[in-house]
Amino acid sequence: MIAHLPVLQVLVPLLAAPLCATVRNRRVAWAVAVAASWTSLWIAIQLLTLVLADGPISYALGGWAAPWGIEYRIDTVSAFVLLTVSAIAALVTLYALKSIEREVEASRVSLFYAAFMLSVAGLLGITVTGDVFNLFVFLEISSLSAYALIAIGQNRKALTAAFQYLIMGSVGATFILIGIGMMYVMTGSLNMADLAELLPQVSASRTIPVAFAFLTVGISLKLALFPLHLWLPNAYTYAPSTVSVFMASTATKVAVYMLIRFFFTVFGPAFSFDVMQLDRVLLPLALLAIFSMSLVAIFQTNIKRMLAYSSMAQVGYMILGISMASVTGLTAGILHLFNHAMIKAALFMALGCVMYRVGSVHIDSMRGLGKRMPWTMAAFVIAGLSLIGVPLTVGFVSKWYLIQGALEKGWWPVAALILIVSLMAAVYIWRVVEAAYFQEFPGDDDDELKEAPLAMLLPTWALILVNLYFGIDASFTAGVAGAAARSLLGVGP
Amino acid sequence: MNVLGLFNYWIFIFLMMVGFYILISRGNLVKKIVGLNIFQTSVFILYISMGNVRGGTAPILVEGDAVYSNPLPHVLILTAIVVGVATTALGLSLVVRIKEAYGTIEEDEIQAEDLLP
Repeated sequence: MIAHLPVLQVLVPLLAAPLCATVRNRRVAWAVAVAASWTSLWIAIQLLTLVLADGPISYALGGWAAPWGIEYRIDTVSAFVLLTVSAIAALVTLYALKSIEREVEASRVSLFYAAFMLSVAGLLGITVTGDVFNLFVFLEISSLSAYALIAIGQNRKALTAAFQYLIMGSVGATFILIGIGMMYVMTGSLNMADLAELLPQVSASRTIPVAFAFLTVGISLKLALFPLHLWLPNAYTYAPSTVSVFMASTATKVAVYMLIRFFFTVFGPAFSFDVMQLDRVLLPLALLAIFSMSLVAIFQTNIKRMLAYSSMAQVGYMILGISMASVTGLTAGILHLFNHAMIKAALFMALGCVMYRVGSVHIDSMRGLGKRMPWTMAAFVIAGLSLIGVPLTVGFVSKWYLIQGALEKGWWPVAALILIVSLMAAVYIWRVVEAAYFQEFPGDDDDELKEAPLAMLLPTWALILVNLYFGIDASFTAGVAGAAARSLLGVGP
Repeated sequence: MNVLGLFNYWIFIFLMMVGFYILISRGNLVKKIVGLNIFQTSVFILYISMGNVRGGTAPILVEGDAVYSNPLPHVLILTAIVVGVATTALGLSLVVRIKEAYGTIEEDEIQAEDLLP
C-alpha cells in the first residue's frame, strides 16, 4: 500500500465525495468527510517523510510508464503543499460540524460535504500530478466544486459572487489550457519532466513565449494577483464561514504552487527569469498588490471582506518571494504559503465562531465581544498578531525571510515597503481589537450570547497553537521550504 | 508566410476573441455563459486541428500500413468538452437561482438591487 500512496492521496477524498452525496443523514456524511480528510492527512505526512528521507517519489498511474502514461511526481515542495492542504481540510471538517448547520439548509448538508471532498481531491490532485493536462483536469475539479460551495449558502449575494468567480475562473483555466496546447504543439509531450528537457530545444520559436504568457495570466487569475483579483472579495465575503476558511487557506496557495511548478520545473529558472524577464512583470504587480490591498482593507466595515483584501496582500508577499528568484526569496515564498494558510484559516475560523453566535460579521457587531466570547477573540488577536508579523508567531518567520531576501538583492525600498505594510496590517487588526475589547456590548446583561461551541473552538485553537509552535521553532517548516527552494533552483542541498 | 495554410489558427484566434468579447460586453448572464462556451470551443479547435496529420486517416487501426492522425488531442479535448459541459451546467443552475432570488438576469439590474439598503 505504501507504493500506492501517491494515488491514494487523491482517491480517498475523491471516493468519499459520492459516498457523502448518497448518504442522506447529515451526521453520517460528516463522519465520512472526517474519516476521508484525516486519512489523507495521514497519507500526506507519510509522503512528506518519505520524500524528505529518500528524495522525489515517482508513481506511474496504471503502470503506464511516463512520458506516455500519466506520472504522479512528489518532491519536497509538493509534499509540503500536500501537508498544508490536507491539514487544513482535516481541521475544517471538524469545524464544519456546527458551523455548517447554521448557514446551509439541512437538506443540502450532505451535498456540501460531497462538494467539499471534491474540492479537497482536486487540490490534492493538482499538487501530486506530474502531467500538465492532468493538472488542468484537477484544477477544473477543484474550481467547479468551489463555485458550488460558495453558492450553497442562503445569502443571495453569494450567487452573483459564485457566478462572477465561475466566469473569471473558467477564463483563467481556459488560458492555462491554451498554454498547455501550445507547449504540446511544439514538443509533443504532456509530462512535466519531459517538457523540461524538450522545451529548451524549441524555445527559439515564438510559440513558447506565448504559451508562457498564457500560462502566467491564467494562473494569476486563479491566484487573484492584482489586477486579476476582482472575484475574490465577494467570493470570500458571501460564502458560508466554513467555505471561506477552506478557500482562503488552500485555493490560492495551490495556485501559487502551480506557478512555482511551471516557472521552476517546466520552463526552468533560466528561461523564466533571464529570457522572459518574469521578475520585471511579477515584482511591480506583487508590490502593488501588497500595498493597495492592505490600504483598501483598512476601510472595510465587513470583517470578512477586510480579511479577503488582506489575503490578496499576503498572496502578493508570496509572489514577491518567488520573483526574487533567489534561494532565500523562494524559501520565503514557499514558507509563507504554509504560514499564511495557518494564519488565515485561524482568522476566518474565529470569525465563523462570531458568525455562529452573533449572526453578522460587521464591525459594529463585534462590539464588546472580548468579554462575551473571550476564547474566540483571543484566537483572533493571536492570529492577527501573526498576520502583522510579531515575533514568536509564524508571520514573523516569513517576513524575516522575505526581508532577508530583499536585502540580499539590495532592494532596500522593498524591505521598507514590507515593514510599512505590516504597520497597515496592525491598523486593520487593531480596529477589530478596539471594537471587541474597548467598546461596550450593545445588548443587555442577560443576553444569551456566550462562547462558541467547543467543536468550533478546538480546531481554531489547534491552528493558533500551530501558529505559535512554528513561530517559536521554525526549524522544520523553514528547513523543508529551504530544501524545496534549493531543489527547485537546482543548486543542490 | 503561409497564411492560408495556417487558417485553423486564424479561426481559433477569431473565435477566441468573439467569445471573450461576448463574455465581457454583454450584461445578460446567459449571454455571458454563451460567450464562455464559444471561448472554450475555440480552444478545442486549436487542439484538434493541430492533431491532424497531412494525408492521415482517422486514428482507428486498419489492415496494412496507414498514416493516422494523432489521437491524443482528440482524447484531451473529450475531457475538456466534459469540463465545459460541467461549467455550463453549473453556470446555468446559478442563473436559475439568481433569477429566483433577484427576479432578473441582467447584471446591471442585479447590481442596482444589491445597492438598495
